Amino acid sequence: MQTLLVASRKGLFVWRGNGTQWAIAGHHFPGDPVTQAMTDPRTGHWYAALRLGHFGAKLRKSTDQGATWTDIGTPVFPPKPTSGPLADDPVPWNVELVWSLVPGGIDEPGVLWAGCMPAGLFKSEDGGQTWALNTPLWEDPRRLLWMGGGNDYPGMHSVLVDPRDARCIRVAISCGGVWQTTDGGASWALSARGMTANYVPGEVEDDPNMQDPHRMVQCAANPDVLWVQHHCGMYRTTDGGRLWTAIAPPAPSDFGFAVACDPQNPLRAWFAPARSDTYRYPVDGRMVVTRTDDGGQSFQVLGNGLPAQDAYHLVYRHSLVLAPDGHTLALSSTTGGLWISPDAGEHWHCVTRDLPPVAALSWLRAI
Amino acid sequence: MVTVEFASSLRRHVECAPQSVAPGTLRQVLEAALTAAPELRPYVFDDQHAVRKHVAVFINKTMALDRKALTQTVQAGDRVLVIQALTGG
Repeated sequence: MQTLLVASRKGLFVWRGNGTQWAIAGHHFPGDPVTQAMTDPRTGHWYAALRLGHFGAKLRKSTDQGATWTDIGTPVFPPKPTSGPLADDPVPWNVELVWSLVPGGIDEPGVLWAGCMPAGLFKSEDGGQTWALNTPLWEDPRRLLWMGGGNDYPGMHSVLVDPRDARCIRVAISCGGVWQTTDGGASWALSARGMTANYVPGEVEDDPNMQDPHRMVQCAANPDVLWVQHHCGMYRTTDGGRLWTAIAPPAPSDFGFAVACDPQNPLRAWFAPARSDTYRYPVDGRMVVTRTDDGGQSFQVLGNGLPAQDAYHLVYRHSLVLAPDGHTLALSSTTGGLWISPDAGEHWHCVTRDLPPVAALSWLRAI
Repeated sequence: MVTVEFASSLRRHVECAPQSVAPGTLRQVLEAALTAAPELRPYVFDDQHAVRKHVAVFINKTMALDRKALTQTVQAGDRVLVIQALTGG
């Protein structure tokens, strides 16, 4: 039996099942937008990030697999300075969205990281009860050059803790490139060399701080291999992000938001292509997933079981996820569709097309 | 004394009965009322301690337009009502 958490516009759904048999086992926070869900493999605790339209971002935690939830601390920016270089920061110092929520290292019980919009990175050392802004990154003057992309403000959607060393953390920002720290967040370096942003003047299109990585994922067994679905294409690195290599655009598109990678095989990854970039729906209305098994040299187009025509689903950044078994994929859309593939994308089973818009998926990971 | 009430849309998340607090500035009045339910505070105020942009505060029948300083005087006998501004879908 597998368990999938579905963070949606109208609450958090818990789906349980196997193969083609899936059922809703729980619906939490009905009516409230849930922007992220996470299960901590170190503790078995569940976390849900809510974006209450009137009352701001909130975090909820369950220590009993969803039977009960408690309101825990939510990342909060410190008071905005009234003098100095940040006094004129046009970005509001208010957390509007918890966009990424991940556990710290296996040797760091209680540590959680949250990437937010605006793009602050927050750390908790007590299982989410309290949070502190990572000021070295937030106060870096280059942060003021980040842009909001399709949102009002820049957002941090990807936070990756290196499984070899929890002090090594990589984050990706739309639009602010990729950054990494090797000292637990005390200092940061831009790590987006090789990426190109064709939406800015040519003189600065290679500026690592101008890049719009839509989503970044990391191979657990070979953490120097990372993948990015970028606004302007797809990238892979084999040296931990020092240099990113563009992947030749595959059919039907190299535009999209989501990417998932195999935790064991550094050559395998999946993408959810869409028509670029003002359209943002499947090319020709045919929904597919693309998969590479050779590090991006070639791709298979996988659509068996997905809508073959007249489909206008968009797959958000966190809505293409691989289960811990390494071959079960889940895919969801802004139009309320949920599909599951038991065989790495070769065949898809439509679980439902009737959910609210889905923001994120998260498989339950065993303790 | 001043009566401070929170709308049901707020009490859905954190229960808080109507509070009777001393007169003062609007910030003092709200802060005093929220001591009864500190968990409700981040639902009313944002990170910078301003009233959230989708929350509205009425003093009697008049909506408070200032969300940051909250220096408006609230007098004995006044009724303060905190509601959600109607937005969303």
